[in-house]
Amino acid sequence: MASPRLFRPAARLLSSRLFTAATRPAFRQTACAPSILRFRGYATESGTKEVTVRDALNEALAEELESNQKTFILGEEVAQYNGAYKVTRGLLDRFGPKRVIDTPITEAGFCGLAVGAALAGLHPICEFMTFNFAMQAIDQIINSAAKTHYMSGGIQPCNITFRGPNGFAAGVAAQHSQDYSAWYGSIPGLKVVAPWSAEDAKGLMKAAIRDPNPVVVLENELLYGQAFPMSEAAQKDDFVLPIGKAKIERPGKDLTIVTLSRCVGQSLNAAAELKQKYGVEAEVINLRSVKPLDVETIIQSLKKTGRLMCVESGFPMFGVSSEILALSMEYGFDYLTAPAVRVTGAEVPTPYAAGLEALSFPQEDTIVGQAAKLLRL
Amino acid sequence: MLSRTLRPKAVAFPSQPRGQLRYSFHHRTFARVANIEDLPNEDDKPFSVPISDDSFETYNFDPPPFSLETTKRQLKQLYHDMTMVRRMETVADSLYKDRKIRGFCHLSTGQEAVAVGIEHAITRQDKLITAYRSHGFTLMRGGSVKSIIAELLGRQDGISFGKGGSMHMFCESFFGGNGIVGASVPVGAGIAFAQQYNDWQNVTINLFGDGAANQGQVHEAFNLAKLWSLPVIFGCENNKYGMGTSAERASAMTDYYKRGQYIPGLRVNGMDVLAVLSAVRHGKAYVQAGNGPLLYEYATYRFAGHSMSDPGTAYRSREELKTERENDPISSLRDKLINWDVFTEDQAKEIDRSVRQRIKEEVAEAEKSPEPELKADVLFQDIYVRGSEPNQRRGRTIDETYYSGQEQ
Repeated sequence: MASPRLFRPAARLLSSRLFTAATRPAFRQTACAPSILRFRGYATESGTKEVTVRDALNEALAEELESNQKTFILGEEVAQYNGAYKVTRGLLDRFGPKRVIDTPITEAGFCGLAVGAALAGLHPICEFMTFNFAMQAIDQIINSAAKTHYMSGGIQPCNITFRGPNGFAAGVAAQHSQDYSAWYGSIPGLKVVAPWSAEDAKGLMKAAIRDPNPVVVLENELLYGQAFPMSEAAQKDDFVLPIGKAKIERPGKDLTIVTLSRCVGQSLNAAAELKQKYGVEAEVINLRSVKPLDVETIIQSLKKTGRLMCVESGFPMFGVSSEILALSMEYGFDYLTAPAVRVTGAEVPTPYAAGLEALSFPQEDTIVGQAAKLLRL
Repeated sequence: MLSRTLRPKAVAFPSQPRGQLRYSFHHRTFARVANIEDLPNEDDKPFSVPISDDSFETYNFDPPPFSLETTKRQLKQLYHDMTMVRRMETVADSLYKDRKIRGFCHLSTGQEAVAVGIEHAITRQDKLITAYRSHGFTLMRGGSVKSIIAELLGRQDGISFGKGGSMHMFCESFFGGNGIVGASVPVGAGIAFAQQYNDWQNVTINLFGDGAANQGQVHEAFNLAKLWSLPVIFGCENNKYGMGTSAERASAMTDYYKRGQYIPGLRVNGMDVLAVLSAVRHGKAYVQAGNGPLLYEYATYRFAGHSMSDPGTAYRSREELKTERENDPISSLRDKLINWDVFTEDQAKEIDRSVRQRIKEEVAEAEKSPEPELKADVLFQDIYVRGSEPNQRRGRTIDETYYSGQEQ
């Protein structure tokens, strides 16, 4: 059964599997090696490794598929093609077609099917090739998955994970470039996470799969290939991050920057530039979780710095930043020494041309400029 | 359509039987003109009753047998169950008119044979999911009258603790009660997927209306179910109107049992509980044998309006309603059972009386149930699985923000 698969071009990427399969006794042990370890960088002295977000996600999926037989992944091109973005690379070979399932291009259909399987007690991972396509299935995510537990008075849980790349990628224009953090973040019954680093990706993905509620994991295509250091603890298969807890990526005393997903990296670079140019210390908070939102960490930071800036790439109106600014007024008004500000995507369907696209989303200089203005530098 | 072709009892059938159904001809005459010869005295001794040969129309599928193996006890139970559903809906109707039930309330009066026939053909391990006309199914799946009526009244003892209402009732092996037309169909395919995944030897009964049949995702579910050979019997409950729009005004082709195209189909006289029972029993065996999904159409009729705000007369004629009411699934079964000496008219009346009494008692209990307590603990409970809740959930104002575990 395995042999025809070997001739597929994508499977050749996994040539190491062919080599090791014969010599190692336990299939599972051999199979867990290739997709992750080969792409990991060298080990550092502290045991930290460089791992791409893609491989971190792959590792999380593989570990959870391994440990829980109720878990399976389905979506478009997740199996034989190895994932449209190769996040599910090698999973079919390792777990077989029962648990790694290619679907037709039928979002409402397969998403609804996954929700039904979850209601019947399985723990599906439903991949959307991108969250833009999940709009076709958003009724299933919200009405069928998120609300059923409450509507049933708590007797009908729905343990499901929706995942896929969210937000804009490079040069894919309006229909493929939307950020849905605010959409899903507004729905009671859902939990929503948006990882930035490799550790985020692994820890949050595993948490999402284990969480007994419907969880939406908003990945980012532009981060997939980016490598991050991963601690020794995060490399273990019991590494899970709590949903609803933000992470202070960079401590500071002059300004709080609250951000998520890819904008965390941009904000950290901006913070370094602010330090270099103006000598100010910006505290950068990586939200990690959009819902529930870690209000406490944000407000504690705000108390310390007195200034708040949100950075995100979603549409500006009714967005994640709008919510955080509102919360800052409700919980932190007395600590603010200047009006809180936001840097967001522009209110425009994403244009195709590179220059216009750049104008539509926060750039590092946009963040630095806005921070300088806020700090009256 | 089918129901309209049912003829009065004891009239010989003048029409030629359709070719494939010829063999069943003697059953049909038997049903119409004769009593059952080998009717046992014992309640639990199996015997066969005939099913009228115009009960089924097939599409790439062998028809179910035209005789149904059953017992006197089961036949009486069928009558009892349909009477229960009818009576419960009638009570819901009056509670609504008394303004005790709020919002939506879709009654299945006239369609009882579908819910009851299906339940008697499957086991509790089989799964069932339906759309918004769900009271009868909830009752048949094991929900009590008290819990259903209490839910409609929005009370603590409601089956969903007053949080779901008419369209959102759940119990074991019953997945609702779904309010979004068409959306429950892929979900039902997913339940069947889980059965296949877990190697459970059960089927999923996946019901939707003739209105939902035009939704795109229904066809997506057909495709997935056939592609993966899922153990599911799709069932289009065709009551001839999607709200106020007749099937003919909504569907380019109203043979819903053929609309699975690559899925074998069967149209069943949904006004005959015996035909429904026979069809689902037959379909279940087919699906369990690993043959993949089926698409059934239960040709039925809704005597009531679409919902409580609809008198049900603007879009259909009184004559039509009158004709359909002559095919009442309950009274036609009653006549049959009396004809067959399964019970006497007095015994039927006794069942009616006991059903009335039981419903009355349970409704009284439901009305005694208190409304959910008006506190944050109750309001915010069960949005998430217990033990996995976020620390805080916002109320209407910042002061009403609810912190998990707080006592109020």
